Amino acid sequence: MANYSIFALARNALQRHQRWPQAWRSPQPRPSYDAVIVGGGGHGLATAYYLAKVHGMRDIAVLEKGWIGGGNTGRNTTIVRSNYLYPESAAIYDHALKLWEGLSQELNFNVMFSPRGVINLAHDPGEERELRRRIYANQLAGVDAEWVGPSQLAELCPILNLDQNIRYPVVGGTLQRRAGVARHDAVAWGYARGADSLGVDIIQNCEVTGFDIQDGRIEGVKTSLGDIRTAKVGVVAAGHSSVLAAMAGIRLPLDSHPLQALVSEPVKPVMPTVIMSNKVHAYMSQSDKGELVIGAGIDPYNSYAQRGSMPVIEETIRAVVELFPITSRLKMMRQWAGIVDICPDASPIISATPVDGLYFNCGWGTGGFKATPGSGHLFAHTLAKGEAHPINAPFALERFYSGALVAEHGAAAVAH
Amino acid sequence: MLQLDCPWCGSRSEEEFSCGGEGHIVRPTKSEDMDDAAWGDYVFMRSNQKGVFFERWRHALGCGRWFNVARSTISHDILAVYRVGDAKPELPE
Repeated sequence: MANYSIFALARNALQRHQRWPQAWRSPQPRPSYDAVIVGGGGHGLATAYYLAKVHGMRDIAVLEKGWIGGGNTGRNTTIVRSNYLYPESAAIYDHALKLWEGLSQELNFNVMFSPRGVINLAHDPGEERELRRRIYANQLAGVDAEWVGPSQLAELCPILNLDQNIRYPVVGGTLQRRAGVARHDAVAWGYARGADSLGVDIIQNCEVTGFDIQDGRIEGVKTSLGDIRTAKVGVVAAGHSSVLAAMAGIRLPLDSHPLQALVSEPVKPVMPTVIMSNKVHAYMSQSDKGELVIGAGIDPYNSYAQRGSMPVIEETIRAVVELFPITSRLKMMRQWAGIVDICPDASPIISATPVDGLYFNCGWGTGGFKATPGSGHLFAHTLAKGEAHPINAPFALERFYSGALVAEHGAAAVAH
Repeated sequence: MLQLDCPWCGSRSEEEFSCGGEGHIVRPTKSEDMDDAAWGDYVFMRSNQKGVFFERWRHALGCGRWFNVARSTISHDILAVYRVGDAKPELPE
């Protein structure tokens, strides 16, 4: 792998940028691998990277039915935070946040992680009590969190409407200073480049059409490019997890919904932080290109179509225009949806299954992007060792039978 | 935007309705005899069908009644609307 550095940049500039090496190969699948990862999004590529880097497994294929990072990895609003309510969640999301902090150096790829702070607004005393409870829970779990009142909010984000005569006036909010945003495509590309350099085969345009299961053990996967023998399969397919599980005769507690987002035309820097509101259902940040990135909610019905409905957009735009009046005449440039796998307790599933050698990493729902490095790191451990890491042990499929749910509807920040 | 044909009120926009998720999940009559695996499956596990999906809807801002819909989760085409208690319609997969 050619190292990216200021010297490489200067050298390639002298060559008119014609000789940059390709960042990863495009191999054909081999007949067998030690492990196969199904799904070439951020989580899948991170899993392959950590399997190779931490656990020394180099004979791995990542199968992606489209192109890498073309699903939810390229469709989210890039927010990274770890201020969840329960200790289990704080542990898993903060594990990811710690990896984010060193990720650009780790991958020698600028993922543009920008810890500009994330603010969650409260609009009434009830919500304030709930958010203060979450701050105390975060502090006990070692996650940074603080309360910010209206005067601090005015300093942190001057375009926020703090007028007390609006429909849902802002009373304050929580601030996690270590949280922020990252460049979503770069995360997929960085992990792909890193994994490829360690020998991982990243195979795009290769759809998994079935599993070869003998006596309750996984023996291989059937794909659109032929059969592949393997004893270990990790499925990281987000919205399509239930479809893949059905191929193995497994039922999952998931419902797939479209989650929408939209971006405005680019404007000068006006938004120095990330603001989220559960109550009026809107969240917004500004990309480095200047676009205001706005997250909407999920459509209320199941769907695999990567587009959302107008009523959801209208609701979010109403809220955004009230919270940020300067946006009222901004043009929106693009709108899209990703298919998210919603779990009944709004927490993920990283788990073994009744099929020996088949593992699932799914159920991240509306908030998977922030967990990308942690999810990959923990899933790699689970795959390599055949048992869960202590951090992801509470997130096994077993919890839906034992009743030990991790209910994070409040902190998941998107109504579901 | 979906246009749903409420069996009681006629064709209305999706904004008047609330979606109740997967339909035809029958509550077990002898839940006290069920083991954790069967109960967990009943409460949490879902088909999450890609393609023809049978689901429940309620005309929340209208007559308030529940009814069933068969809908494609790929194209969003409404394939059938039928009353609660009616059998699943025969549809091509």
